[in-house]
Amino acid sequence: MAFVIPKETYSGKVYPVTIGTGDNAVTFGGENVLPFNGFEGSTPNKPVIAYEIQDIPPSDWPENVKKPFEAVSGDPVKWAKHCQDTLGARAIALRLTGTHPDRENLSAGDAAKTVKDVLSAISVPLIILGSNHAEKDSQVLVACAEAAKEKNCVIGKAQEANYKTIVAAAMANNHKLIAMSELDINLSKQLNILITQMGFDKERLITDPMSSALGYGLEYTYSVMERIRLAALAQNDATMQPPMVADVGMYVWKIKETQALEADLPMWGDLAKRGVLWEASTAASLLISGAELLIMRHPEAVQAVEKFISEMS
Amino acid sequence: MALTGVEIFKLLPKTNCKKCGHPTCLAFAMKLAQRQASLDACPDVSEDAKKLLGEASAPPVRPITFGAGDKAVKLGEETVLFRHEKKFVNPCAFAVEIKDTSREADVLKTIEDVLGSEIDRVGQKLRVDAILISNASGDPKALESVSRLVSEKAAGVPVIISTTDAGAAVSALGYFKDKRPVLFGANANNIESMAKAAGSFKAILGVTANGLDELISLTEKAKSLGTEDLVVDPGARKAGGIIEQNTIIRRAAIKKNFKSLGYPVITFAQRDDNMLESLIAVAGVAKYSSIIVLSSVTKWKSLALFTLRQNIYTDPQVPMQVEQKIYKIGEPTPESPLMITTNFSLTYFIVSGEVENSRVPSRLAVMDCEGLSVLTAWAAGKFTASKIAQFIKEAGIENEVSHRELIIPGYVAILSGAIEDKLEGWKVTVGPREANAIPAFLKSK
Ligand code: SF4
Repeated sequence: MAFVIPKETYSGKVYPVTIGTGDNAVTFGGENVLPFNGFEGSTPNKPVIAYEIQDIPPSDWPENVKKPFEAVSGDPVKWAKHCQDTLGARAIALRLTGTHPDRENLSAGDAAKTVKDVLSAISVPLIILGSNHAEKDSQVLVACAEAAKEKNCVIGKAQEANYKTIVAAAMANNHKLIAMSELDINLSKQLNILITQMGFDKERLITDPMSSALGYGLEYTYSVMERIRLAALAQNDATMQPPMVADVGMYVWKIKETQALEADLPMWGDLAKRGVLWEASTAASLLISGAELLIMRHPEAVQAVEKFISEMS
Repeated sequence: MALTGVEIFKLLPKTNCKKCGHPTCLAFAMKLAQRQASLDACPDVSEDAKKLLGEASAPPVRPITFGAGDKAVKLGEETVLFRHEKKFVNPCAFAVEIKDTSREADVLKTIEDVLGSEIDRVGQKLRVDAILISNASGDPKALESVSRLVSEKAAGVPVIISTTDAGAAVSALGYFKDKRPVLFGANANNIESMAKAAGSFKAILGVTANGLDELISLTEKAKSLGTEDLVVDPGARKAGGIIEQNTIIRRAAIKKNFKSLGYPVITFAQRDDNMLESLIAVAGVAKYSSIIVLSSVTKWKSLALFTLRQNIYTDPQVPMQVEQKIYKIGEPTPESPLMITTNFSLTYFIVSGEVENSRVPSRLAVMDCEGLSVLTAWAAGKFTASKIAQFIKEAGIENEVSHRELIIPGYVAILSGAIEDKLEGWKVTVGPREANAIPAFLKSK
């Protein structure tokens, strides 16, 4: 009996999302199959990795991921240029950590200035991320969305507690938007619906189902992503069809496995390699479960994942 | 092909005698179709029906025990394509390759690394499970001498002999009698002699092909030779190809009950670049490999892969909660700090991990908030001053600690006054908002 490959034909498709402007704009999403399943459909765009930078020096990053940026991380503009010009970043994710009330408590105006400065120094797309303080983010991101008007940036993250102002700002200034909810497919769906009900085009959305690090809840993110992707493809659920982002670096570089010295835990092996692999393997797992956009920190981890992505087809 | 309930029913005695524990033959047939019953339960089923049904009701991915004794690993038996549907059954095994061209000292070193690879992670013992001895030299003597060394120094560790030379296989397998090794390397040219060699040592046969069509013809050939305990290599070596082939194999087995692909898959992840090798292995762990072959035992690589395997193979049905109680971290004395958080399992893992990081022995009071995180629980009225006060009173903690200081998460700083009002004699201290600030916080106390 001749073997017929059991192919799935899905009725749904992930929206392609383009960010940035001009020659350096990038597009991700657009596929109508599960990740790495190009044999049964089309995967027009490869996943994109954005390098994470901050508006303030990364004093809270562990040594091993601070070091590669030592010479540039004192200044977000230099840092961004380094990622673009030296590391070949296809996109930059600027996290406005310094605006958090418990950190430097920088103002919305400060943040907007940083965004402007960074934008004028780079030509690759910019992802603008708040400090994850719901209240403060709604002021900060509104100012930044305006400062970045017409640059086709990604603004994030809109959450249930603050989405209204952020959505309005992203819409008024023609940006894409990350909608984040906490590890639950229904919450994700609901937030996407609320946002589109405000008139925001669902084809401009990016879903963040919340990332987690390998060993610290990765399986939850993994399965929520698989379920979202299946809902998009098999059930043709339009609210689940925006591409997904995995904000990998910030979750990975705060756990014990990326910081504990080999001298203290000899069974865990070389710390530098371990940290890099932790970020790369978390990222690779989330690519397999459905992420199209990754936000990462360590250059070696990014390189490893790029090699992995190049083996997708 | 999977039979429907009605098709199965036609083959049953139709007496409705209830001996199977089901009210009717049809009810039993329905259970069989859903794989929720075993045909053995019906004592009256005919031999012919047994044969037909046995084929149809066998698990879609053949269960195989690889190795013998307490280090044996079970392979196969999977029932779903996605881990959210149902728990993945048998975690994949990691095997490290030892080439028979290696110097004896290097062979011994790798054996030592395998034996010393075991670590404990959240209560589970994890290790590199197996050794693959490859006949890279093409010389039967070299294969035999490494096999002897492994059988002596790594007794009990499951072994894969990889060669295409059935004669060499026989002398190597001699060292692993009754140990359920895998004989890997059966292809279109040698399958008859390889199946014979495997058969005479009760070894599992590893079939290697260039693509799925060839693989199918090989597994069918093996079956016709009476060899049914197989592991299969469909040939892909790159991430995309591995996921593609593994997906097709798993789908054909589970959704179509296609027997010729219903075997555990072996994946070769070896690369010169250890980092990339690890990511190829990640693809295998996530997407359906049963054995993953690595080029070396490297501690940082093992830790990440063991952790991923554990994550992927956990039971998705188990609620994301931990038990409400006062957890001791380190060896706390009555003076040690007392912190409180909610019972969302991620919150618990992250907070307890950071308390451990701080090396300050502590007590962590974990309060039942129906598995919600701190902020969500607070917003939902489950992590309130009065509930916290009540929990602290009822937990009997006042007998365990000599102080009266409770550290609360920074996110609910707003509760501190209200808790002090409700917990007489207690002082409430506001801890950090994010768990990663806990070590600095505890050390400075
Ligand atoms: S034991 Fe067999 S014959 Fe009796 S009811 Fe069950 S299936 Fe039918």
